[in-house]
Amino acid sequence: MVSVNKQGNVTVIELEGSIDGKTAPQVRDEMRPALEGCTEAILDMTKVGYLSSAGLRLLLLVYREFTARKGKLMLVGVSPDIQAVMSHTGFLNFFTLKDTQAQAMEALGQTQ
Amino acid sequence: MMEPRIDYYPTHEYQGFKFRRGHTLPFGATVVPSGVNFSLFSSAATGCTLVLFRKHEEEPMVEIEFPQEFRIGDVYSMIVFDLDVEELEYGYRMDGPWNPSAGHRFDRTKVLCDPYARVVGGRDIWREEPDWEKRQHHRGRLAFNDFDWEHDRPLEIPTEDLVIYETHVRGFTAHPSSGVSAPGTYAGIREKIPYLKELGVNCIELLPIFEFDEWENSRKHPDTGEWLLNYWGYSTLGFFAPKAGFAATGRFGMQVDELKTLIKELHQAGIEVMLDVVFNHTAEGDHRGPVISYRGLDNKTYYILTPDGWYYNFSGCGNTLNCNHPVVRNMVLDCLRYWAAEYHVDGFRFDLASILGRDQNGAPLSNPPLLESLAYDPVLSKCKLIAEAWDAGGLYQVGSFPAYGRWAEWNGKYRDSTRKFLKGDTGHVGEIATRIQGSPDLYYYRGPTASVNFITCHDGFTLRDLFSYNYKHNEANGENNNDGSNDNESWNCGWEGESTDPAVNHMRAQMMKNAICLLMVSRGIPMLLMGDEFGRTQHGNNNAYCHDDELGWMDWALAQDNPELLRFTREMVRFRHQHPVLRSKSFFEHRDRVGSGYPDISFHGTQAYWPDFSPGSRCLAFRLDGAHAGSPDSSIYVAMNMYWDGLPYQLPPAGDGKSWKIAVNTSMPSPHDIYSTSEAPFLQDQSSAIVGPRSMMVLVADSQ
Repeated sequence: MVSVNKQGNVTVIELEGSIDGKTAPQVRDEMRPALEGCTEAILDMTKVGYLSSAGLRLLLLVYREFTARKGKLMLVGVSPDIQAVMSHTGFLNFFTLKDTQAQAMEALGQTQ
Repeated sequence: MMEPRIDYYPTHEYQGFKFRRGHTLPFGATVVPSGVNFSLFSSAATGCTLVLFRKHEEEPMVEIEFPQEFRIGDVYSMIVFDLDVEELEYGYRMDGPWNPSAGHRFDRTKVLCDPYARVVGGRDIWREEPDWEKRQHHRGRLAFNDFDWEHDRPLEIPTEDLVIYETHVRGFTAHPSSGVSAPGTYAGIREKIPYLKELGVNCIELLPIFEFDEWENSRKHPDTGEWLLNYWGYSTLGFFAPKAGFAATGRFGMQVDELKTLIKELHQAGIEVMLDVVFNHTAEGDHRGPVISYRGLDNKTYYILTPDGWYYNFSGCGNTLNCNHPVVRNMVLDCLRYWAAEYHVDGFRFDLASILGRDQNGAPLSNPPLLESLAYDPVLSKCKLIAEAWDAGGLYQVGSFPAYGRWAEWNGKYRDSTRKFLKGDTGHVGEIATRIQGSPDLYYYRGPTASVNFITCHDGFTLRDLFSYNYKHNEANGENNNDGSNDNESWNCGWEGESTDPAVNHMRAQMMKNAICLLMVSRGIPMLLMGDEFGRTQHGNNNAYCHDDELGWMDWALAQDNPELLRFTREMVRFRHQHPVLRSKSFFEHRDRVGSGYPDISFHGTQAYWPDFSPGSRCLAFRLDGAHAGSPDSSIYVAMNMYWDGLPYQLPPAGDGKSWKIAVNTSMPSPHDIYSTSEAPFLQDQSSAIVGPRSMMVLVADSQ
């Protein structure tokens, strides 16, 4: 569900599958140690097929925790369908989205 | 950090499901640490079973009978642990007597929907034909209530400043011409917020959005074969649940977040949200109707019954909710508080509200406890409360609705008399003088903000049809044109229906402008019907409740066909916002209260200070004194000529060394029909003006 790698100072987390009420707690547990102490991160959602209400809430919670300690977090590869759902339900307003990891790296001021 | 509660551990187990006694309040299904609290009321049941389903599955995953010690008073409650909140559906089976003549209709074979369900599943996608073999269509689901409102709260716009826009969620953007990405949904309205803002309305009133069944009484039109549905939705399934089919994300169960997002963004644009709520009856109909919830849970409590157990039908829809039973009254209160606090709704319009003032035998109460409770409720204290002050049982309370200083009303008399006056009937000038003042004859003790002024609403002709048809044309409803009102007070301007005659069309356009102008210069709360700003038509249908099609939808292409009317409406709304003298909480006193030398309002006719109230008159003019407005404003003179010839109107002085400028003249072609303040030209002759046939003129005093 969750794979983590580091590129310079940036933690890149790739998520996979459906994030819903069943899987969200597990995804959260797996992401938490990777995000601890880091200040710049990218969540790559390219392989996420579905985000339920609980999934959206998990994402926002992670985002809030992260930005609360002045971290910068970007979402990458969010499918048009998921973007539409995020827009209709108001979640989209809270996030910064980029199409690719490279664009997100650039926005974070990093070069690959 | 608080340690977990010591009582949150299971005490019972059944088929692998762990549970314990629950909290009696709040009613409904509530997420609590590590479980869900279920709480349900029934005064006459002898037992109750909680039925849990996985979403969309026909067979339950478990049925847990409430142990007797879980019942306190008439309330059954239980916490069930380790449930997947998103995938859960639930209902109840009740034990109890089947004895209709005594009012009891318990039936253990039915799984019933929770009256407090925050989400009701079963109609997730609008118009998706249901599987009619299903035993049970509507089940409770849970809702997340952690929406991030940021700094939002209800806007609390002063009532006298409101301009209401009555809208059907689906009808507003379902038409392909709307150009939105999610047609016919809450999200669709959101995309049209810039349009609403430009129109200038600051309150949007939504036709029912409590979960209903669009397939209720559905049928195919005998001639056309088209589906006729319950499109308007005046038939509630669940009072706490938003209509899922109106959400683009309803299929994912995210309608709660989508609706809240719409409300939040409307608020950011300065637009309030008012809900049309239906508490007079439910979707269960009479004894022939389906068993969905209330009937099977506690029939005698929820419905007004005859002494031998039949349903009273004051709503015209089969049953009547027993609103002044203390338990039902609390449910209504809980419901409205929930919408006000949880959804930040700004106000409510109560459908057939007179029913809310009937006692448990159906007799009208002089001091109805429900209406009083709503008026004094702490959570609802800033909410607008508007009554449709009549019901289908013959109670007509316009002007006499028990108001407790709080309730406003849909002013049906404003609609009727303005229609008659506008189409040139004689004998109405006196009444019009009263209506444009906010109807002091009806609301003397409440003030003009008790009067919601409207000429058209969803129920009846659209504005364009009001001046295109003498008679209703409801054949498309499949009831041989027998449904819908026959008292339309409409005028077709010389030809029944669509016309190619330029003279007829010119007259219609002018009549529509007259109506919008009259509405915007009247004291009270003006309400526009969606689409009237650019000439929406229902082709003479005055009862489009069943048309989820072109007839019921707003065709946005008409904005291009009728840009003049759209411009006129926008400017007229702007004019109202610019002039506080048009808006006030209090009635005119017909005297000079501030020493300006002029009374707050004076009436005129073709001769200044000589209004003609005689039976044959079709003319009236009035002057509003700017010095009497709450904040600095110009004086305004309005001349109405509903006679078929132009007439010279002698003008009262503009006052204070000022002169009259022409703001509005509906007899002139666009763009000379309405001017912005800076562009408005001064009248050459300050002593009199010709007001064209069947037209209105508005002048504003300004320094030359």
